[in-house]
Amino acid sequence: MTTVSEEYDWAAPLEPLKNLVSERALSGETMVLNMGPQHPSTHGVLRLVLELDGETVVNCIPDIGYLHTGIEKNMESKKYEGALVMTDRMDYLNNMGNNLVYCLAIEKLAELDVPLRAQYLRVIGAELTRLNSHLVWLGTHAMDIGAMSLFLYCFRERERILDMFEMISGQRMMTSYIRPGGVWRDITPDFLPTLRGFLDDFPRRIDEYETLLTNNPLWRDRTQGIGFISAEDAIALGCSGPTLRGSGVAWDIRKAIPYSAYDQFDFDVPVGRNGDVYDRYMVRVEELRQSLRILNQAVKNLPNGPFRSNNRKYVPPPRSELGHSMEAVIHHFKLWTEGFRPPKGEVYVRVESPRGELGCFLVSDGSPRPWRAHFRTPSFIHLSALPAMSQGYMIADLVGIIGSVDIVLGDSDR
Amino acid sequence: MPELDSVVNALKSAFPDAIEDVQVFRGDTTVIVSRERLLDICRYCRDTEGLEYDFLSDVAGVDYYPAEPRFGLAYSLYSMNRNASLRLKLMLPGEDPVVDSVTPVYPAANWQEREYLDLLGITFTGHPDPRRILLPDDWEGHPLRKDYPLGYETVQFSFNYDEIAKHKPLAQK
Amino acid sequence: MGVGQKLGDLGVVTVRLEDAVNWARTNAMWPMLFGLACCAIEMMSTQASNYDMSRFGMELNRPSPRQSDLMIVAGRVARKMAPVLRQLYDQMPDPKWVVSMGDCASCSGVFNNYALVQGVDEIVPVDVYVAGCPPRPEQLIHGIITLHERVKQERYAYWFEKENA
Repeated sequence: MTTVSEEYDWAAPLEPLKNLVSERALSGETMVLNMGPQHPSTHGVLRLVLELDGETVVNCIPDIGYLHTGIEKNMESKKYEGALVMTDRMDYLNNMGNNLVYCLAIEKLAELDVPLRAQYLRVIGAELTRLNSHLVWLGTHAMDIGAMSLFLYCFRERERILDMFEMISGQRMMTSYIRPGGVWRDITPDFLPTLRGFLDDFPRRIDEYETLLTNNPLWRDRTQGIGFISAEDAIALGCSGPTLRGSGVAWDIRKAIPYSAYDQFDFDVPVGRNGDVYDRYMVRVEELRQSLRILNQAVKNLPNGPFRSNNRKYVPPPRSELGHSMEAVIHHFKLWTEGFRPPKGEVYVRVESPRGELGCFLVSDGSPRPWRAHFRTPSFIHLSALPAMSQGYMIADLVGIIGSVDIVLGDSDR
Repeated sequence: MPELDSVVNALKSAFPDAIEDVQVFRGDTTVIVSRERLLDICRYCRDTEGLEYDFLSDVAGVDYYPAEPRFGLAYSLYSMNRNASLRLKLMLPGEDPVVDSVTPVYPAANWQEREYLDLLGITFTGHPDPRRILLPDDWEGHPLRKDYPLGYETVQFSFNYDEIAKHKPLAQK
Repeated sequence: MGVGQKLGDLGVVTVRLEDAVNWARTNAMWPMLFGLACCAIEMMSTQASNYDMSRFGMELNRPSPRQSDLMIVAGRVARKMAPVLRQLYDQMPDPKWVVSMGDCASCSGVFNNYALVQGVDEIVPVDVYVAGCPPRPEQLIHGIITLHERVKQERYAYWFEKENA
């Protein structure tokens, strides 16, 4: 009796991937399994082609692009200020961070000064976004490994952060709060008391999460000793952020190349030792505490003053001036119809997003539209490092490894 | 910046014929290199004492259409030890955009080069996995090129309702 | 609704079969876990502690299309994803409904370009569109309740004819 498998040509569907899988896959000796793009634990629409020897992952080939949005091309057709709304939707857990890197690039091009109060408000926004992103990561990562209740706890706290975003910007997620030259508006009077209440409350919540996970034997069994990556490999593969710090490299852009008044804050850079999933978890949990430290200092030292630059060529005049100043009306009209024209040039700016180095390469040709806006996104680079992290581990561990690098597919596909 | 001058001087003395230009804009140093020696220059930047650019942050591809040479590729390097950045840039002509892949020196370039293979149509010789990455395999054209249309679709108003509705047979439920 | 008007200790309630079936369908609608982009995060919020979608009978989000009867398309649909989405829709058993959540799924929102399907109704029939970028959890819940109202009006013959078409 001839079985189907004898007639089946194992090599044919693997033709495009044949230099990525081992020879045993071509003869059908190892199993090639498709995971995704619709899979509950791939955090969106990631597709993985896995070559398995029994339950051991021999090769892992990520396939992305299922969320390719054409943001970079679309931004070229919009004016600088209009293209800002696209950056929000790129990495949808780090909205203010995306705004920030894009605005920093414009400000570097135009040599625009930002007042200190705006810098502090940006830090508050960026750190709250980091908390928000880490909470979603913690909830979903724990749920992937099997701890369901943490998801509910994390989202409960996240709602409070989103309420604060709504308070300052009118939107829960896509805030577009950080604008070239400053921020959109000053904070409302009830924002700071709400933030203080949250800051008083939140340390206890982090302890609560830790009692559920950190010393939990099940959690340790599922996370310790898997997804190892050495510091040298991590640097060579371009890893940054908590993924790099989990391997013991204390590189944080907020410390190394301070931007937006981060040099005025006192905080530590947590690092791991072993470079495994558990260490990356510990680094992120510690980062929650460090973000709280930064927020506490920012609330305490928040200076008074203008919340956006006074440069009328780039920043619209305040509403109150429009009634009595002809010049303000002209500037307002010119800004909203023509946009501004930064000088010709190319800049690269990097900031520390919750996932790692987020860079913006902006090319201006002197027109009101960006000639090219390119984003160096951490998820994209970390996904290319995923094969190196997952080879040799069990397929059940793979879910934990994907969760530990904290990918956002919108960030990676753009 | 004296420190960056030493880097640029070291590069100039090591590759006298491959360094085409040095630009400084807003504190960023950009070294324009010729595409024939890119791999050697990258290896030199990574391995030489005093340069040690061990981290490839970003590869950015730009289409300067209709100018010629048409494509630009900017490699943002970073040194973890020295906390210093450097940008290498090369220009590629429009009719044969071919360049050596830097993946043997910087493994981080792997996917970033695939991205430009996909979106700009640049060929990277020696790339370990030259496939499209973001778009489907059967896609025609390279969307980030300036002569590729954005693909704008007209908005449905009352005057062109029927015309647009023709494309959406399933919406007529 | 006949069942709701049950009075005293009446032992028997009469109701049309259609109404009973539709009532049952609306109170145990299992959505498919189909998060694509930003809206997926708001969909997760809708299921999580503050909003709790299980109040409306949506206890379970099934990862498999074969166990679900509601597809919430949460987010932008790329051209590469479109065949996958259609295949998942075809794998869902009848009766099935589709909620297009957010501007991107409804009409591609701010992204009017080459990479996205300009509205998911080009590939699957949509029952309820939820506007917003992304919609708040309340908006999604409102969309789902709108769908419930709609399902309650459905004629039994509709699905029967669709099956035998």
